[in-house]
Amino acid sequence: MRRVGPLLVERRITPPRSAVIGVSALAVVIALLVAAIIFWGYGVSPWQAYAAIARGTVGSRDGINEILRRSLPLILCGVGLTLAFRAQFWNIGAEGQLLAGAVAATGVALFAPLPGPWLLLAMFAAGFLAGGAWGIVPALLRAKLHVNEVISTLMMNYIMIYIVEWLIHGPWKGATMRGFAYSDFFPAAARLPWIPGSRVHWPTLVIGVAAAVAVALILARTRLGYEIRVVGQSTDAARYAGIDFLRVIAWAMFLSGGLAALAGVGEVAGVHFRLRSPTHISMGYGYTAIIVAWLARGSPLAAVFTALLFGLIFAAGDVIKVALRMPFQITGVFNGLILFFLIGSEMLMYWRVRLAPKGERWTGRAGSSER
Amino acid sequence: MDWQSWLIGTVSRALAFGTPLLWGTLGEIYTERAGVVNLGVEGMMILGAFSAFAVAQTTGHPGLGVLIAAVVGGAAAVLHAFLTVTLRANQYVSGLALSLFGLGLAGLLGRGWEGIPLRQPLPNVTIPGLSRIPVLGPMLFQGQSVLTYAGLFLAVVLWVLLYRTRWGISVRSVGESPSTADALGVNVFLVRYLCVGFGGLLAGVAGGFLSVAYRPAWTEGMTAGMGWIVIALTIFAAWDPLQAVWGAFLFGGLYHLSFRLQEFVAPELLKLMPYAFAILVLALTGLGKARRRWGAPGALGLPYTRGER
Repeated sequence: MRRVGPLLVERRITPPRSAVIGVSALAVVIALLVAAIIFWGYGVSPWQAYAAIARGTVGSRDGINEILRRSLPLILCGVGLTLAFRAQFWNIGAEGQLLAGAVAATGVALFAPLPGPWLLLAMFAAGFLAGGAWGIVPALLRAKLHVNEVISTLMMNYIMIYIVEWLIHGPWKGATMRGFAYSDFFPAAARLPWIPGSRVHWPTLVIGVAAAVAVALILARTRLGYEIRVVGQSTDAARYAGIDFLRVIAWAMFLSGGLAALAGVGEVAGVHFRLRSPTHISMGYGYTAIIVAWLARGSPLAAVFTALLFGLIFAAGDVIKVALRMPFQITGVFNGLILFFLIGSEMLMYWRVRLAPKGERWTGRAGSSER
Repeated sequence: MDWQSWLIGTVSRALAFGTPLLWGTLGEIYTERAGVVNLGVEGMMILGAFSAFAVAQTTGHPGLGVLIAAVVGGAAAVLHAFLTVTLRANQYVSGLALSLFGLGLAGLLGRGWEGIPLRQPLPNVTIPGLSRIPVLGPMLFQGQSVLTYAGLFLAVVLWVLLYRTRWGISVRSVGESPSTADALGVNVFLVRYLCVGFGGLLAGVAGGFLSVAYRPAWTEGMTAGMGWIVIALTIFAAWDPLQAVWGAFLFGGLYHLSFRLQEFVAPELLKLMPYAFAILVLALTGLGKARRRWGAPGALGLPYTRGER
């Protein structure tokens, strides 16, 4: 507790929800203000830049559809990551898991002779399994061989990127693509329908929202969810309670990777209709989803909404590229800045400021109130 | 091609490609020895690469470019230190933010500089005398960058500093047990700031090497994941500057081989080799030395608050 003039500043152990939302919103706003400097440095009036972004995103029906379309992979990846993060398992590999899903879906779409809706169903199933398998590997490495999951998941992103590159340059290179590195186009039965008048592949949206609800239920109501939370709070406590660490993180990573992979299925079946270069399929959704999950504080339902925010930033990136002729990389700068301010402001949530009652004095119990 | 010239070429190029890995790893070792993980190496390297190229191209002095790259990398790292040491933010998230931000900013600023060859690259040196030793001469002492030798020298200096001086004890104690170090009168926050900043300095040089010496040009994303390999190498080297040397050159050799073997294997599959190998190596070290946690600083990744246990 500390007295600043007439105010009393004290720390609290768990911040109330209002403080979390308020401080987070403030951090995002400040990050966008700082980003204004970049527009200014580029010779673009920040005011005009944000006006153009607003017109091109939230200001029109097309813009809103675009935000939604960009949010779809972020919802699935973000929801999946909340599972891993609740277990304190640092899954930085959503990017690779997403691509694993895209690869598996492409394999089914191009080579499995399945009729009608069964084809799409098989693509989602194969994608989920592939992403889940790709996600389990770092869990095994961590539990059995003490390999830091940050590194293994990151490395596996690069491995999957080069596998995709290999496939589109080599074995799966399309016969009709005239030397370009794409796979063949998917048959019509392997394409997801759009909401009329937009490019929003709605089945992915339905799956995303359903996944958020399902993960919320898993975390709150099931034994696995309970064990994930215990492992996340203290591995020692989990071991003492007889919880099998390997089993818990393997499940968390199977589901986390599987959900990220569904995002990849959605991208190839709903947007590109073929396998193409990894930067086109993903453009960093898997990394951005880390911010989505972090901003949502590990809540899968909140992740749906934070995914929309970053869908907005991706849509804004398109507007900036077309209307202001600035490179798309600006989304990376935005994302980095938002993340900086989010974690930088974290401490603020733990402070409570109130007017000091007259005559109240700090009694000097240091330590006890300083936690 | 006979095996001798093949070997000479491979080792010589392994040294060149291993140089940025060595500089980056030495920096991350000091960062982590002080108890801070900085996952922003990729971002600091790419910012260093761009600023080195931009400065070298406009002034014509590649050395100045590398110097500025160091300053830029150091400044980026101090931002990480501010967030993680002063504000006690999560180190993983802060480092990731730094990488996202660095890659984005370098891509944004570098737009107009793409594809232009650097007018004055950092010159390579050939050591007189030593370079005439058969086999070993052309392998190790011909046409290498100054920064390769400087990196080797630095590794030795940093090893001595870490294990044989009072200063090094301070750094290590801050990483092992900050509260004990604090009680003994070591300024934990200062040491952490210095080590993180120093790590960024070296990562900046690593990036600068890529754009003004190794491949004297700027291309977007030219660090191509080397920053992440550096993080793996830090663990692989068991946080020891001398072990970092052979780790870095081993991976440098792998990178080189991934170009060299293209006539036999698809190039895309070769490019994933260093990343797969990094996982393999960490898995093998985990297999062997699991029980003594293999030298990781005790307080790695934990923010320090005075008066808290």
